[in-house]
Amino acid sequence: MGLRTMCAGMCQLCLTPIYMLDIASHRSLIAARRCSCYVPIMRVDFHTVFPLRRARVHEVYGPGSMSFAAMAAAGACLWIRESWLSDTLTPQGLLPMFDPALLLLARPKDQTDALAVAEEALKDGALPCVVLEITRPLNLREGRRLQLAAKAGGTTGLCIIPEGMGSNATDTRWRATPVFDAAEEDSTLMRWEIKRNKSGTLGAWNVRWDQKARRVHVVSPVRE
Amino acid sequence: MFDGIKKRVVCMWFPRFASDRVLRARPVDGPFAITLKSNNTERIYCLNETAERLGLTRGMSFADARAFCPDLISQPARPDLDARFLATLRRWATHYCPWVGRDGVDGLVLDVTGSTHLWGGEAEMLADIQSRAMRAGLTLRLGCAETRGAAWAYAHYGAGEEALTDLPVAALRLDEAMVTALQRLGLRSIGDLAEAARAPLARRFGPDLLLRLDQAMGHIPEPVMPESEPPSFATRISLPEPVGLTEDVMGLTARLLTPLCDKLNRYEMGARRLTLTLRRVDQGSQQVELRLAAPMRDPHRILPLFERGVEDVDAGFGIDQIRLQATQVEPLPVQQIGSAQTSPDQLNDLITRIGTRIGLDNVQRFLPADSHIPERSFAIAPAAFSTPDSAWPYLRPRPLHLFPPEPIAGYSAEPPTRFRWRRMSLTTGRAIGPERIAPEWWLPDDAWRSGVRDYWRIETREGRRLWLYHTPQNPGWFVQGEFA
Repeated sequence: MGLRTMCAGMCQLCLTPIYMLDIASHRSLIAARRCSCYVPIMRVDFHTVFPLRRARVHEVYGPGSMSFAAMAAAGACLWIRESWLSDTLTPQGLLPMFDPALLLLARPKDQTDALAVAEEALKDGALPCVVLEITRPLNLREGRRLQLAAKAGGTTGLCIIPEGMGSNATDTRWRATPVFDAAEEDSTLMRWEIKRNKSGTLGAWNVRWDQKARRVHVVSPVRE
Repeated sequence: MFDGIKKRVVCMWFPRFASDRVLRARPVDGPFAITLKSNNTERIYCLNETAERLGLTRGMSFADARAFCPDLISQPARPDLDARFLATLRRWATHYCPWVGRDGVDGLVLDVTGSTHLWGGEAEMLADIQSRAMRAGLTLRLGCAETRGAAWAYAHYGAGEEALTDLPVAALRLDEAMVTALQRLGLRSIGDLAEAARAPLARRFGPDLLLRLDQAMGHIPEPVMPESEPPSFATRISLPEPVGLTEDVMGLTARLLTPLCDKLNRYEMGARRLTLTLRRVDQGSQQVELRLAAPMRDPHRILPLFERGVEDVDAGFGIDQIRLQATQVEPLPVQQIGSAQTSPDQLNDLITRIGTRIGLDNVQRFLPADSHIPERSFAIAPAAFSTPDSAWPYLRPRPLHLFPPEPIAGYSAEPPTRFRWRRMSLTTGRAIGPERIAPEWWLPDDAWRSGVRDYWRIETREGRRLWLYHTPQNPGWFVQGEFA
């Protein structure tokens, strides 16, 4: 078990800057759980976080968020996009991930309708996954309502958010970025980072999509 | 025959059915004709009385008719509307007797046996039919006889009180060629035909002639086939005291839904669209429309779908009549309850519920389309009106995300090594291509005016994987999609 700081600046108990901290002298405090600046990091296993926890709503942002959503859904899902968006999701692009016939597309006119549709679908539970594209910031009430709806229906919700527009009610928040891979040519290497996790610690992985097995492979642990 | 009562059949023939139908709605003073296009010529299908008096005939070409009569007003024929009008008339005729059938495209046949006394006798009944038809603006000829064939003969060829045997052979519902052949043989009237030897006639003209003759004379029975009424899927309730609470309206809707769904079940139909009309005390009415994603007849599943619409209704001083109608129904055969894990019903319910909020057309699914053009290689169809199709050809990787082309700077036919896109400066790490896609010349598309496109998959060192294309005919580089 290693040790790692949670807050970047200083220890909140003793207000000592991190770089000046003597880990050894802090051990006793940690053992007594009296200093909150250290949390024990169990190595977060990818499989404990990645098939996204059911009955919760998650968030993803970053340039690779679309493919993150497709890989996380990978099966029957409802994809909610506002109708004024001029770009489209293509079924051929989804094909390596799952059969596009399983996908339902909802085109509400604004975010209020989008949230209502998402809540309805999450609560219903007919589809195991609901992907919602967010265009304006979610407030805590909206995020919480989605969370409750997901809990009622036992479904997974995933919001694709522009950076910084998430809600605090989210269970996990991910950042997905594609990574250039000079060695292999299958063009699926990505870096996925957990930026917020309500029930665990953060982590980052380099992953690759295996088209034959239709699953995500973790390539190698990423060094911070 | 049942004892003592003679069978009586009335044949109603509307000689100017098509033109009467049009002229009822918009009367015309001068000559008027309905034209029908057959064998690549416009021919006259039906005329009004003025046009007939001017010497125009049915079947003459419209151009000739216009030459004879320059002020002829015409309209194209609408056989579908004619058929619908005839169905209406058939329904109207059931108030004379229950056995009413259609006779061709412009006639009705009524089996009035035993119902004439309700009108004070046969002559009174015929006079009533005639006067009502005249008031409705329809030319009507009536024939009444003991058999269907004879009634037809009197309606079409009868002039006064002559016997059936005096009518021409054409009154036997024979085709044109046979009538001509019979006249050449000197058999002009039905009486001549009845007296002629049967065997040579049958040998020469086939069994049809004698069948028609026997039917007219009453030797072979010919029943009138009444048509069944199409079922109407509607229920209503009138209340002694007005109601105004949402729960009350929902409770009454539940009471209306049960018999409606029972009826749908009996006919193996499912409702696709339901209208709930709430009539208020002040005679105003409000409608709640429900469009379903799939035909359905389960009251327990339909009822909650009405909740949202009923909540929006303004009850005013109260509602005293509620009517529920399935305005669109589709066949829904009874099904065995299977053991399948996923039921499509639940999904259809979800689509309906989402559809009531954002419109049923806005819940969509992807369908494969036969085109190489990236934007047209798939179709988006409303999920409620399509079935999923998994026949996706996988040819080459396509981007997940497609947007309108965004121009970037680039000069040669080779992909640029460095470029700026969306305020990012990117360096090409790997370029895979080109894949040439030619425009579909048979479909005009402004976006493809610039000619063929060479598509490249560009992996940038910064990570982004883009879909670029180059137009060699109008040199330029564009970004059209993103793979991640």
